[in-house]
Amino acid sequence: MRDVNLELITEVVKYLSIEASTIANDGLVKSLQKALKTEASPVGVEILEQLLENIEIAKTEKIPICQDTGFTVVYADIGQDVHFVGGDFNEAINKGVAQGYTDGFLRKSIVANPITEPQNTGDNTPAIIHTHLVQGDKVKLTLLPKGGGSENMSRLKMMTPADGVEGVKNFVVETVKIAGPNPCPPIIVGVGIGGTFDYVAYLAKKAITRELGQRHPNPTIASFETEWLKEINKLGIGPAGLGGNTTALELFIEEFPRHIATFPVAVNIQCHAARVKTVII
Amino acid sequence: MSIKIETPINDQKVKLLKIGDTVEISGYIYTARDSAHKNLVDLLKNGEDLPFDIKGSIIYYVGPSPAKPGQVIGAAGPTTSYRMDPYVEDLMKVGMKGMIGKGSRSENVINCLQKYTGVYFGATGGAAALISKKIIEAEVIAFPELGPEAIRRLKVKDLPVVVINDCYGNDLYVEGKKKWAKE
Repeated sequence: MRDVNLELITEVVKYLSIEASTIANDGLVKSLQKALKTEASPVGVEILEQLLENIEIAKTEKIPICQDTGFTVVYADIGQDVHFVGGDFNEAINKGVAQGYTDGFLRKSIVANPITEPQNTGDNTPAIIHTHLVQGDKVKLTLLPKGGGSENMSRLKMMTPADGVEGVKNFVVETVKIAGPNPCPPIIVGVGIGGTFDYVAYLAKKAITRELGQRHPNPTIASFETEWLKEINKLGIGPAGLGGNTTALELFIEEFPRHIATFPVAVNIQCHAARVKTVII
Repeated sequence: MSIKIETPINDQKVKLLKIGDTVEISGYIYTARDSAHKNLVDLLKNGEDLPFDIKGSIIYYVGPSPAKPGQVIGAAGPTTSYRMDPYVEDLMKVGMKGMIGKGSRSENVINCLQKYTGVYFGATGGAAALISKKIIEAEVIAFPELGPEAIRRLKVKDLPVVVINDCYGNDLYVEGKKKWAKE
């Protein structure tokens, strides 16, 4: 057994909130630089240059890359030999979010009573927290501040097994086509396949936490990622939707076994401001 | 070469703008997004005054992040515009001339731009730190209780935007996609 003080969890979540919102990952920067070399549209090139400059300004001045600093989604892989001490785990996470968003001058975008009397909670809490028990005595915390504009363009469909690979591909490409310029392209496309109605949406979001440039370990799934991304980049939407061949930077698939009668597919869209940070304690 | 415009704007200026034009806006503009739009249209319905002079105005769809000490404003990129589509006609009727946001507009908005001679500009979504450098003054002038959604009067200098929908019924998103789509 290893004792982990929850004050440390709060500290780390605070750090991750600020770090994720202001410092872009190397993978994203490399991906945008690569797109700059292959983009054929002059206005597309101009937008990509703006995005890279924006990332530099955010880093230098420690201000958010995008003003929408998101709904805070936290993935916690908790080693089963860990024993938390000093309070409540979920409260510790939310405390870290509140401190990070307040001290880091990040936008608070969460409203309570979503349909009756929407009111800003004032500190961007509550976070969406996914906990998983894993082997070992470590705690892995991944924080994803998820923006609303791209989230709104996401879709889920209960397809039928007969729809097959072609059906899934068409649904994914159609989702990006419908989204058009709205989700701040070039986007990252997270695709969940299998599981249940709720779990497939989880998979699609989990997919967008993958580091840019990495392929799925299963070569067949990896080939779908490459092929569907190519299809999407033929749509012509381009950077900022002004036309071009960089509509998406990446497409990631996560799969899970399914029921013999069902074929759930979810597409979670992530804008180019793909902010994900991980710390292992 | 960018076209430079100063706010407020009128029919004559709007008519000069065509899709694909890059424009640099200077002067005062007003921020409003989801809740603020609802409030503005409610005021109009009740026959009350709006918190700013809407004639010739440009509204920027943005909910900035808080300013750090010594800064004018935090990150301030555009939010997706279609959510404001249902309110556009009411505001154009009383004199709003321009909107800045990102993403496609409804057919009704595109028609309104022709009917009331208006223009829809796109700012680069997600280029929020870059855009904040063009804002030289910011003041909350209405609905402070809405937090990031409060209405702010911004003084901007050479705010870079692109004409997405002009007053002639054209749409840059449609044209751009057509030009670059394969197969």
